[in-house]
Amino acid sequence: MLSRTADNLYWLARYMERADCLARILDVTQRLAQLPAAYGGSTNEWRSALLTAGCADLFKQVHGEEATEQNVINFLAFAPENPSSIRNCFEIARTNARSVRTALTIEMWETINSAWLELKRYSTKNMTREELARFLSFVKETSLRFDGAAYRTMLRNDAFWFSRVGMYVERADNTARILDVKYHVLLPDSEHIGGPLDYFQWASILRSVSALTSFHWVYRESVKPWLVADLLILNAQMPRSLTSCYQNITRYLDDIAAYYGRQGSSQRLARNTLTRLGNSRMDDIFQTGLHEFIDGFVVENNRLGSFVTEQYLL
Amino acid sequence: MSVAFDEMTNADGSIRAAYTALAKWLNGVPPEVLDFRRKEAEFIFRRIGITFAVYGDSDAQERLIPFDIIPRILTGGEWGRLSKGLEQRTKALNLYIKDVYSKRDILKAGIVPEDLVYQNPVFRPEMNGQKVPHDLYVHIAGIDVVRVDSETFYVLEDNARTPSGVSYMLENREIMMRLFPELFAENRVAPVENYTDELLATLKSLAPVTANNDPVVVVLTPGIFNSAYYEHSFLADKLGVELVEGRDLFIRNDVVYMRTTEGPKRVDVIYRRLDDDFLDPLAFRPDSALGVPGLMSAYNAGNVTLTNAVGTGVADDKAVYSYMPDIIRFYLGEEPLLKNVPTWRCREADHLKYVLDHLNELVVKEVHGSGGYGMLIGPRADKAQIELFRAKLKQDPTNFIAQPTLALSTCPTFVDEGIAPRHVDLRPFVLTGSDRVRIVPGGLTRVALEAGSLVVNSSQGGGTKDTWVLEES
Repeated sequence: MLSRTADNLYWLARYMERADCLARILDVTQRLAQLPAAYGGSTNEWRSALLTAGCADLFKQVHGEEATEQNVINFLAFAPENPSSIRNCFEIARTNARSVRTALTIEMWETINSAWLELKRYSTKNMTREELARFLSFVKETSLRFDGAAYRTMLRNDAFWFSRVGMYVERADNTARILDVKYHVLLPDSEHIGGPLDYFQWASILRSVSALTSFHWVYRESVKPWLVADLLILNAQMPRSLTSCYQNITRYLDDIAAYYGRQGSSQRLARNTLTRLGNSRMDDIFQTGLHEFIDGFVVENNRLGSFVTEQYLL
Repeated sequence: MSVAFDEMTNADGSIRAAYTALAKWLNGVPPEVLDFRRKEAEFIFRRIGITFAVYGDSDAQERLIPFDIIPRILTGGEWGRLSKGLEQRTKALNLYIKDVYSKRDILKAGIVPEDLVYQNPVFRPEMNGQKVPHDLYVHIAGIDVVRVDSETFYVLEDNARTPSGVSYMLENREIMMRLFPELFAENRVAPVENYTDELLATLKSLAPVTANNDPVVVVLTPGIFNSAYYEHSFLADKLGVELVEGRDLFIRNDVVYMRTTEGPKRVDVIYRRLDDDFLDPLAFRPDSALGVPGLMSAYNAGNVTLTNAVGTGVADDKAVYSYMPDIIRFYLGEEPLLKNVPTWRCREADHLKYVLDHLNELVVKEVHGSGGYGMLIGPRADKAQIELFRAKLKQDPTNFIAQPTLALSTCPTFVDEGIAPRHVDLRPFVLTGSDRVRIVPGGLTRVALEAGSLVVNSSQGGGTKDTWVLEES
């Protein structure tokens, strides 16, 4: 397939995944911010939402220091000046989709196009909580539909594999950044184990990757910080864990390599990362430093992105 | 202007044969139902994203062409005569262009004046003596036809460069079959959906002889900002070939390659939807970022087929048009099966005089104009517009032709006031391969939605209709 087509598909999937992740972050942040201060609610949550979304610096340039509910929501959901706002994610996704229409199925295109048309219906300034809730579920439903449409209708060839690789690279990045911003509440030496303050923080982390229910099914225990970290990093059952993302990345990159009859640097790097995750235990990770581990992962994940680009997309 | 011929209803109120079943159906269907289906059609069009852009109108970045749900119907007999005429005309176009770029017999014979060729801004000296694969130039032609009575079709315009609109022909049919299955049960409508198969067969037949037996075909688009981008992607999709932009292609040793995830892949046939000017910055406009540097040299080396060929514009301006009957006679030794609209060439003094004396009854068009821009419709123009054109004509007469205001036929159309007659034209698409000519029955019917208007161009508020050719049952 055309390199440009593969590039568009890869980024299309990344932007759809990013929009979904942003919607979850906003959802969870609002929940936390509404809690009474004694349960961990504080205005800081809006700042950490910006950190998780990876656009704290840009926000500072536009709005200065003050991160309020209203201006963070606007910034993450709608701001045209934020290249990764949900609106821009949809805009870019649709532009990409238009230029690779021939590589999309009609169901995928219709999902993106109707989401883009629907987006215009949401007023951007000063949404009520109810409007915001409706908007966020619209975003989540759109990415579910897109993902489902891709899964159910695409031919299993390089077009499908490149879009899957894009989705999982983005997802791994998002999970890692959620962990990175909140890593301090996950450290085992935390003072208030089981205390109300941290409980809501942990629950919110799980919610932001829609894994609160899964947690209970997997561990059959009350929420413990090291188990939250284990679930999101190492547990292969958990579809947003780093391990699960890399199982998928490795698999789809291998599919591409088999199809083209040639392996390359991206296949090797993905396999290395997966092996490293497979050989890790949570204890060791805590010992060497959770923060360092996640930072290292984010760097490797970005490196994989550039390897894929160099190998296929130029 | 005489009363226009209506394709459904005769002057005495009786219904013409082709429309019998439709008229009965229209009588029985409540307007709310029609209105509901019209909205449904619009909704589907918008969701699929069948849009076009109007240049210079930022609010209308992506606009829908209005779709009229009442079909336009031709009988099999009418179509049979029409398609023979179209084939004849396209053959002559091909022979003419070949001649213009090689021996120039027709100029030597004094049938077409030399300056019409040499002074023509779309004449491509680069094509002189250039051999093109299979000696064919116009592989995809859109011949605009209008009807004035039950017998007579006129050719209004030959589009020999990159005619567009075929995606509407196909999508209109798709939508009609979805919305009105009952109509297709009552009428035996010839299918058009095989157009893209016919197009692919045509394109493959045109591959250079050096290509292997399964030639690689691509569609070349200027990109998503082009007004016809939807059509480009639609066609590539239905053809099952790559939709490429200039930056996806490169030339090495006079061979065209596309950049793929598996490395370079050779390209044999380029169905280009890009004007000559932009094809190759080394040969034509150096500022073009849309083209492929070196493409012309690969073309000259005979390693790639461009459809349509470079330089076909010499056959489709409105001044050359007026010579088409003679061109047909010259190359084919036959009488033209389809008439030309009588045309005054303002380049000729006596014609100019006539035109200037009758501006209020004529349609004056720029020789190189298209899209319904830059024309004067005498009977509908005010004094100031007429005087403006009088000045333009005197200043640069060779740039204009004039034609009588034709009473274009009308078809029943669903508008705000209900069902009313509106003027229509027809653009059938003629495919010329190295093996044979293919024409799917029908084409794109364009309709002027404003009462009395004769301008059917989509850029000027025209709409489209599904076009039916009835098979004799």
